[in-house]
Parts: sequence; C-alpha cells; structure tokens
Amino acid sequence: MTSTLRTALLGTAFGLLMAAAGPLLGPLAGPAAAATIKVGVVAPFSGPFALVGKTFKEAIEVYQAQHGDKVGDDTVVFIYKDLDQANPAQSKALSQELIVKEKVGYLAGYYFTPDALAVAPLIDEANIPCVIFNAATSAITEKSPRYVRTSFTLWQNTVPLAEHMAKQGIRKVVSAVSDYGPGIDGETAFKTTFEKNGGTVVDTIRMPLKSTDFAPFMQRIRDSGAEAIYAFLPAGPTTLAFAKAFADNGLKDAGIKFFGPGDLTQEPDLPTLGDAALGITTSFNYSRAHDSALNKTFLAKHKEMFGSTDSVTFSSVGAYDGVHVIYQMIKNTGGKSDGAKAVDSVKGMSWESPRGPLTIDPQSRHVTQTIYLRTVEKVDGKLENVEKVAFEKQPDYGYKVGK
Amino acid sequence: METMFGIAVDGVAYGMILFIISVGLSVTLGLMRVVNLAHGAFAMVGGYIASYAAQGAGLPYAAALPVAVVLTVLATLPLERLLYRRIYGSANELAQVLLTIGLTFVIVAGINYLFGPTLKRIPLPELLTGTVQIGSKAIPAHRAFVIVAGGLTLLALWWLLERTDFGIRLRAAVDDPAMAAALGIRTERLYLATFALGSGLAALGGVLGAELLPLEPYYAIRYIVLFLAVVAVGGAGSIFGSAAAALALGIVDTAGKYLIPSFGEFFFYAALILILFRWPYGFFKGRTA
Repeated sequence: MTSTLRTALLGTAFGLLMAAAGPLLGPLAGPAAAATIKVGVVAPFSGPFALVGKTFKEAIEVYQAQHGDKVGDDTVVFIYKDLDQANPAQSKALSQELIVKEKVGYLAGYYFTPDALAVAPLIDEANIPCVIFNAATSAITEKSPRYVRTSFTLWQNTVPLAEHMAKQGIRKVVSAVSDYGPGIDGETAFKTTFEKNGGTVVDTIRMPLKSTDFAPFMQRIRDSGAEAIYAFLPAGPTTLAFAKAFADNGLKDAGIKFFGPGDLTQEPDLPTLGDAALGITTSFNYSRAHDSALNKTFLAKHKEMFGSTDSVTFSSVGAYDGVHVIYQMIKNTGGKSDGAKAVDSVKGMSWESPRGPLTIDPQSRHVTQTIYLRTVEKVDGKLENVEKVAFEKQPDYGYKVGK
Repeated sequence: METMFGIAVDGVAYGMILFIISVGLSVTLGLMRVVNLAHGAFAMVGGYIASYAAQGAGLPYAAALPVAVVLTVLATLPLERLLYRRIYGSANELAQVLLTIGLTFVIVAGINYLFGPTLKRIPLPELLTGTVQIGSKAIPAHRAFVIVAGGLTLLALWWLLERTDFGIRLRAAVDDPAMAAALGIRTERLYLATFALGSGLAALGGVLGAELLPLEPYYAIRYIVLFLAVVAVGGAGSIFGSAAAALALGIVDTAGKYLIPSFGEFFFYAALILILFRWPYGFFKGRTA
C-alpha cells in the first residue's frame, strides 16, 4: 500500500519536474532537420593489435579536427567497438549491435579479412555501406556491393614490385611467405607476375605463422642460390625475427636482396627492427616520409594533437581516407540512410590524399592508387621508408582473379 | 653432408635457447611442485627491464643483463610470500593453475599499459652482432653467446643442486617437508630461495632469448606452450633432462623446417607425442616424480 503511494508521489514529482524543465530543454534539442549520423568503427583497440585501433582513432580525430564534425547540418559521430583479434562471429555480433542498438548509418574499420567478410549479409540486409580501412584480401569486395575499401591489397602491392624486380635484371628469386590467406595471395601474385616477366621462382617456402626460429629457412634460401627473396609476413614479432635472421645468418652480407610488401617495414616497427632493416626494399601505398604538402599538414596536425607521429603508418591513411569517403557519401545522399545509393555516389570519385592521388574503381570499389617503391634508410638518425620509384594508377590486380 | 652439419648447428643453437628459457620452469615445477604458468610472464618482465635499462637508462648490455635478473627476483619475491606460499604442494594443482594464469593476465595488462603494445628490443653490443664461422657454417654471434651461456647455466645448476649444502637441503625438503623441518631445515627460507632461483632463471632466459622471441606484452602467453613442452619432455626437475629435451626438440624442429617447410610445426609436436609415449615422465624421470 505504502509503496504504491510512494510510486505515485514520485511519479507526480518527476512529471512536474519534466514539465518545468521542458521549455529549458527545448532549445537544446535544436531544429529537427539536423541529425546526428553515427559511424560504427570495428577494430582492435586492446590486445596484441591495439596499435591498429589507435592509428584508426587518431586518424579519424585528425580528419575531424581538419574538416569539422559536420557535413551540411548533420553531425558525424564515431562509435568504437573493440575486436581484439580475428574473430568473425564476434565481428558480426558487434556490427549487428551497432546497426540495431546504436542505429549507425555507416560501418567502418575492420583490420582482418575474416572480420570484414563476416558482415556482408548484415550490410546487405540493413542497406548500410561498409568502408574497410584495412583488410587486404582481394576477394572481400566481391562479396557485397556495399563494400568500399581505402587500403590496399597484396596483389596491388606485389604486381608492380615483381615487374620492377624483373626489370632490374633479377632472375632467380625465392618466395618466403607466412602460411595463411594473405601470404598465399602474395606468393601467387608474385609468382604469376615475375614468371610472366621472364624470371624464375626457384623455391616457394611457406612458413608456419607461429614460427619463432627462422634459421632453417635462411639456410634453405641460401642453398637455393637465389639472388633475391620476396617475403611476406604479418607485421609483428615474426617479421622482426625474420628480418633479424636474414641479417644475422649472413644472407644480407652474401648480397641477397630483400624485397616484400610494405607491411614488413611498417613505421611503428622500424625503431625495433633497427639496422637489420636497412636496405630492405618494399612496395606500399604510403610512407610516413612521403613528400607532399598534404602529408606534411596531416603529420603536423597529428603531432599537434597527439604529441608524436611515431605511430603514423599505412593504417592511419587507410582510416583517414575512409573517413573522407564517408563524408562524401553523407554529402551526396543529403544525410539520408541509403547504403546502395551512397556507394553508387562515390564510384569513380577521385581525390588527393596524404599518400597521393586516389580513385575509387567503379568495378572493384577499391582504391586505385600510386604504389611506391621504398628502401629503408636513415633520415636524420631515424629509420624511414624512403620512396624511390612511383608506379602510378595501380588497380587491385587480384579482383576476380581466377573467376 | 654440409646440409646435415648446417641443420645440426642451427638445431643446437635453437635448442640451447629453448633450454635457457625453460630451465627456470623446470626448477619451480620439478623442485617445488608448483605449476608456474606465470613463468613466461617473469621472463617477459626480465626482458622489459633489460630493454628499459639499456634504452631508457643507457646501461650497456653487460650491465643490463644482471640488473634485469636481480630486479625481476626482487619484484617476484613479494609474490612468493603473499601468493605462492599458499599453494605449495601437489594437492593444490588446480589452485596453482588458476592463480598463476590469473597472475599472467595481470602482468600482461600491466606491461601493455606501461610500455604499450609495440615490440621492444634489447640493443646488443658490437661484440654480439655479426656472425661466427663454424666450419663452413656461419651462425649469429649472439647465438654462439647463448650456447655458451646455456652450457655454463647447466653446469652451475648441476653443481648447485648436487654438490652444495643448499642442494642437499632442498632435495630433502622436497622429498619430505615434514621430516626436513623436524631435522631443523628451515623449509620456508629454502623455498623462497628456490623460487628466487626460478624467477632469476626466467629473467635470464627472457633477456638472452629476446632476439628469437621478441618482447611484446603477449609474450607471456604466446610462448608458454613452448616452455611447458620442454619441461614435459625433459622430466620436471631434471636439469640434464631439460637440456636433452630442448636439444632434441630444437634439432627435430630445425630439420623438419629445413627439409619440408610446408609441414610447419608438425615435426615438433610429433616428436613431443612420440617421446611422451615412450617416456611418459620425460627423458629423466624427475627425482620428485
């Protein structure tokens, strides 16, 4: 009896309070036309790959600081979800939560290929665009027409590299890759292109992902009599051990040249790789040392906001340009939520990014971009990927390969 | 022939590194009967201290190494008093596993918070970079150093456990704690000292092995299977067993990777299964088993 009375009294008091506060709250809610558009970002923010999430978030914040958080009258808000390792089921659950509970208009992020692939049915059903900041297997964008990708693919990086190596007169090469999806993508892309250009791949070594000791592989490479190696390993401890083993086992001194996609020498790892990294030649879509006005402004703003540019790397520009694409989609659709239309509106779009000129290929919905050949060198006492040659307008060579 | 020689040299080098990072676990597991899953975490703490001492404080490698070992021992001793002391004895195996894996997670998160998720390195002195020529085969100077350090550790431990008063008391305390205590052996102190020895060896392994197992916050979890495999094959508590196991696994793994790389880690685990099938308590049945 008393509790009913108390509820009633409380209810009345609350109602009165709301009525009194109503006129005060009114103006804050603003005009009905301006909406908040939410973008859900799924990426690793904790765990072994936390650095990736950090680069994404920092790049997004730099973009918003430079371009404002409004498109027209609409405010763009980013919501971050932590996915600490490759886990497609969890990726799907988090993305669904973003769509259903947070009512996001856009999905973005995704570091690992399986995580990106897992959301294909969701984005089709909810009609939401998904802008991939990293996941680099070519096949992803074939799975849904609502994927747009602003990173790179292994094919895109490897084809110009293999052509360049053949042009340098290198004839005998060993490919050594980690035994998993992207590694095999890299091996196939390299072998196909290099042999087409007259070279020979004398041995293809697939190394277990969990390898800690690389000495036996180094011995094998040495015994094969190759002039150079093409290597791909996921960034992290294995890459470090591999590059060290290459130098320590005397392959570097024996004059064997080291080539690979730029993941191997990503900027945050360079100080740890140390002098073992000197001379490694890689091909990639972005180097922090890229010489352009836009890159300088980007780095300056980053330094101003976060105190250092040590963590800036390929995933930073992947996210930065991804946000640019999302802003364009919002502008083109006038803030209305229509995924198919939004994706259509950016097909063929070209712009200038800190990494160079970009175009979204209407077919693959992947960025066509300049791939740079870089060598690790010391610049003012700091190791950097110094760009040597630029291969312009490289598409994703892996799109619908073998279909 | 040259290939066989190359495999043997690389295998021994890898095996010695496995030995040096696992022997501490063999000491705690075999002599104190504690399943210390935080062993990898202690090794990692040692590595991070050395890395910080060398890069942050500018100490030379030769100084950073002992500093890391001593500081790791000092940092882990309170853990022995507060936590490990409560879980000694083979009746507590579940509690040991739960406590030490929990401790590992805490250390992983702490290191991640303090040092960030990027790889850390311990800069090597001039002397240890470059290669050493053994016959027709060049091996990294650093590995040669680890092989020598591993051999010395092996001898020192053997001498300590078999030839000193401390070793005799320790073996007595392990075999029958109640009787040892009745005879006036202060088992608590003895256990504290052995625990210190175990974590000191962990730190030593963490620092010396850092070239092969790079330091990052997940080190503690990533490599624990490797450590446990060596101890299981060698027989807990047997120093020579650990060395034999590490060398056998190192050579098998190296040979497999060289000859048939696409089989990956297959040979390592196949050897593990076969050895344990034949010798379920490891090569040298530990004196405590």
